[in-house]
Amino acid sequence: MSLIFNHVSHQYDPDAAIPVLALKDVNLKIEDGGFYGLIGHTGSGKSTLVQHMNGLLKPTAGEIYYEGRDICDKDFDIKSLRHEVGLVFQYPEHQLFEATVFEDVCFGPKNMGLSKKDAELRAFEALTQVGLDAEYFYASPFELSGGQKRRVAIAGVLAMKPKILILDEPTAGLDPKGRDDILNQIKKLHDEQGITIVLVSHSMEDVANYVDTIIVMNKGEVMYNDSPKNVFTHVEELEAIGLAAPSVTYIMRALSAQGFDVDLTATTTREAADTIINALSDRM
Amino acid sequence: MSLIKTDKLSFDYIRRDEEGNVEAIVRAVDEVSLDIEQGDFIAILGHNGSGKSTFSKHLNAILMPTEGTVWVDGKDTGDSDNLWAIRETAGMVFQNPDNQIIGQIVEEDVGFGPENLGVETKEIWQRVEESLKAVGMWEYRKHSPNKLSGGQKQRVSIAGVLAMHPKCIVLDEPTAMLDPNGRYEVIRAARALNEVEKVTVILITHYMEEVIFADKVFVMDKGHIAMQGTPREIFSRVEELKAIHLDVPQVTMLAHELKKRGLNIPDGILTTEELVEALKKIR
Repeated sequence: MSLIFNHVSHQYDPDAAIPVLALKDVNLKIEDGGFYGLIGHTGSGKSTLVQHMNGLLKPTAGEIYYEGRDICDKDFDIKSLRHEVGLVFQYPEHQLFEATVFEDVCFGPKNMGLSKKDAELRAFEALTQVGLDAEYFYASPFELSGGQKRRVAIAGVLAMKPKILILDEPTAGLDPKGRDDILNQIKKLHDEQGITIVLVSHSMEDVANYVDTIIVMNKGEVMYNDSPKNVFTHVEELEAIGLAAPSVTYIMRALSAQGFDVDLTATTTREAADTIINALSDRM
Repeated sequence: MSLIKTDKLSFDYIRRDEEGNVEAIVRAVDEVSLDIEQGDFIAILGHNGSGKSTFSKHLNAILMPTEGTVWVDGKDTGDSDNLWAIRETAGMVFQNPDNQIIGQIVEEDVGFGPENLGVETKEIWQRVEESLKAVGMWEYRKHSPNKLSGGQKQRVSIAGVLAMHPKCIVLDEPTAMLDPNGRYEVIRAARALNEVEKVTVILITHYMEEVIFADKVFVMDKGHIAMQGTPREIFSRVEELKAIHLDVPQVTMLAHELKKRGLNIPDGILTTEELVEALKKIR
């Protein structure tokens, strides 16, 4: 049970005089139950990559295997792939269109061919999973706050019971509380439901705090595919491609330069506090 | 008199049904009184729905107060005769870069504002050049805005406002849709306008890292001004900020955490350098 990219390349315009590869020989394995962070500068190929994960785009070279089967095979059921690999786009609240929150979330499961009753059960479950208060279920989506709308949009995808959930910048434009709420909710889905998560993000702090594995894209290629600790040791390389390490990493480096014996791989506030306290107590 | 002064400014959003009967009244801004001096760099913080955007839309008379008064450069925004003068004084840049650019080429877009004000052609081109240079987009003057990155588009939007020679620019979450590079470019451009061109900048944001350079920070909650002060004063109050759904910069958070664990570190640490210095003293 996994999603495997084998030498995948994608070229948007195959007839172009100067071919530009949006993906270049990508080899990846999205393991069952993983929590992945996908980072990269604007135009690095992140969106192209996630659109391959649920078959919205097909590779122009190479293969993608979902649970051992090539998704480009003629008899591969691409529709079921889209149900199992759920994609939440950027600003998904722009795609809410039904008169009530509940009907909007029912749309996906109904479209899968489920009965009205089953679809409603799924919608109820999904809205509960994203932590939306029941009092809003029959409100118009337009009466909700930005963070609430985004939860509804995520519930719309969850109602299809995906095994892999891909979220393209789910916290963009939210305030710090809204951001933490959404990320904690996603973490809960991962921990409690065992859903594989792929989180596309511009925030190095968020990625450092939540994910197990970071995939760094640059110019259509996978540059790093490793744990946050290991990826964020490459500060100069990340900066060269328009990214950065979490603020904490820079603090650790500054302290180390001043002779403090701190752990340079600390990426979260708590780890940083621990290693600073340690470094100080060693000297006392 | 200060450049911008508000006296007990309140604003209600009124929702009506199809027959025009009032269904609901939501008070978005509640008795806000503040002064902003010429040349200041002001930041307004607040969570989604705190009233910060509604407040900012009063500064160039997009919205008029339900109660209270706003004066921009001494002119009452409630008086419709002042409308154009106010819009020339205070320019606005919004969140979404794609909604604000109309020109086919960058320099035409920037020239649109002054042209609309009836500025002479020769001077328009001068202003376009100055403005694009001020935001570091001069080399892109012949480009199509479609081909620019988000941060570049926002800088063109800022140049477009700048070319109208406002005394004040209001930036309403200009970086919310940008990647880290784009955010950095836009904030750098905003700081340059303030420091070099002496334009008053009012930055509305919920990225805490962007406000540490401000002269003064206002924190809004439920339509009120909940806190005001220098960034250091504001970020010394970590727990209060958390209570109204805001954050502090990560370095401030780390300093706060270390203090909680018993280290003798001053409140309101804003930069890595300050934290390193504080820790060196303890060592």
